[in-house]
Amino acid sequence: MEQPLTQNIRPDGTPLNLAEYEKAGGYQGLRKALTQLSPEAVIHLIMEANLRGRGGAGFPTGSKWSFVPVGDDVPQPKYLVINADEMEPATFKDRLLMEGDPHQLVEGIIIATYAVQAGIAYIFLRRAYVTAHRKLKTAIDEAYANGYLGRNILGSGFNMELYLHTSAGRYICGEETALLNALEGKRAIPRSKPPFPPVVGLWGKPTAFNNVETICNVPHIIDRGPVWFRNLSRVSDGGTKIYGVSGKVRRPGVWELPMGVTVREILEEHAGGMQDGLTLRAFLPGGASTDMLTPEHLDVPMDFNSMQEAGSRLGTGTILVIDDRTCIVGLLGNLMHFFAQESCGWCTPCREGLAWAAKILSAMEQGRGKPEDIDHLRLHTRLITLGRTFCALAPGAMEPLQSALKYFEDDFKRHIHEKRCPWRDL
Amino acid sequence: MLSEQEKKEIEAVAGHYPIKKAAGIEALKIVQKHRRWISDEVLGHVADALEMSPTDLDGVATFYNFIFRRPVGRHVILVCNSVSCWIMGYDTILSYLEDRLGIGLGETTGDGRFTLLPNVCLGACDRAPVMMIDDQLYGDLDAEKIDKILASYD
Repeated sequence: MEQPLTQNIRPDGTPLNLAEYEKAGGYQGLRKALTQLSPEAVIHLIMEANLRGRGGAGFPTGSKWSFVPVGDDVPQPKYLVINADEMEPATFKDRLLMEGDPHQLVEGIIIATYAVQAGIAYIFLRRAYVTAHRKLKTAIDEAYANGYLGRNILGSGFNMELYLHTSAGRYICGEETALLNALEGKRAIPRSKPPFPPVVGLWGKPTAFNNVETICNVPHIIDRGPVWFRNLSRVSDGGTKIYGVSGKVRRPGVWELPMGVTVREILEEHAGGMQDGLTLRAFLPGGASTDMLTPEHLDVPMDFNSMQEAGSRLGTGTILVIDDRTCIVGLLGNLMHFFAQESCGWCTPCREGLAWAAKILSAMEQGRGKPEDIDHLRLHTRLITLGRTFCALAPGAMEPLQSALKYFEDDFKRHIHEKRCPWRDL
Repeated sequence: MLSEQEKKEIEAVAGHYPIKKAAGIEALKIVQKHRRWISDEVLGHVADALEMSPTDLDGVATFYNFIFRRPVGRHVILVCNSVSCWIMGYDTILSYLEDRLGIGLGETTGDGRFTLLPNVCLGACDRAPVMMIDDQLYGDLDAEKIDKILASYD
């Protein structure tokens, strides 16, 4: 099984330096892109590879790049922004790639910047990733010192600057337009769309956005071709995927596997199954804002389309396991507290609605639930939807709640009738 | 006044952005690194250096949870309270820390050694429960481990 994204990652976590990375075949994709391919040809290869965005939404990367306008009358400089703000609860995959093989990300960024013909790229990194910051900074310095960044890269005439921007916290920064405001030094409040960032983005200039894992795939696609890339996958989306598991399994962790392996394979073969004495009750397939699924979905492939057909989303592909001794109402209370706290407060459904949902769930967990609470929670899931809010934060917060109401309504009822949490003393 | 060192570091990072104001968050973090927290007075100096109003900069400073607008101890403990850590025993870890330090969330020990703060997912869910102290991440926490970790800070 080929694992291009993690092939250079050593067990002790020390990343390859530039010379070692080059020796392992690194910067060959960049060399090919800059010396043999036009920017359009690079975009075409990425489209052919069926690379879909690994940040959660799964938008085809090549199409995304093609939305960035080109030509002499386009405002300059254009930007590329790498979303390295990995803050979705239960997600820990981009950390692995940034700490383990920072040059792979840098190489991917240079190719992507060339493809959209931007002049400046920023990595927007969350504050808590201190180790990733240190390793990326070293890699960027090495890349500058060896002519991979700056003026006339590899003699191709292509120029670009790459800056590492460290944030100062807040989940909302992961939302593209909130991230733009954060990068501009403002409060991270989402912008009204349209216009969309590829056309009007950072400081009003065209701006492409990509997730860390997405970009790490790019050098390999250019180097080894779209057919090879598509064949890594078991489904029509190309490539491998970094999957992860947290919760009460025997071996929590992250693994690079073919796109489209089943939930069962990940949980049983890689995470080693449930801890002794515990049973799987539910799981969130791709982070805090994905709909809960149940053991009946264990044989669903973990890819964008299959997860959607099952009523959830692939999201970040890092699975949170919920065992039979964990209270689902309590878990939702934790999630809702998170989303309410991290709301930027700009639009009413999110600012008010999430706080109410959090209060209802917390009261229920403490034995103060009322029979009408279930209807109130359902009403929230029907009202807080895309189109009624500025961004996807609040609708995302409704996903685990609506699915829990669908699969585990009895848990809510038991809390209300017994006036206590039935899981408390288990 | 800002020190020469602080001014130099702010100047260097300001060059990464087309307008000075954009370096606000970076500038606050630089000053905080030297002074641990951002007082009103210091906020004013940073605003001057970036040619923006203190009110504007305070709006930014108060939005981001890693900018401290109140004094903190010599070391800041960030306990992850998000969902994976919650499943893996956040409540127990937090109670233990509170007992050991004699403070609650948002408070600083009397000797000024530790400030205890909650934090959202630290992105190390396979090692839950986790916490960070200053820039160091600690995972797979239990009481014994916490004792050892706390003892290593002055």
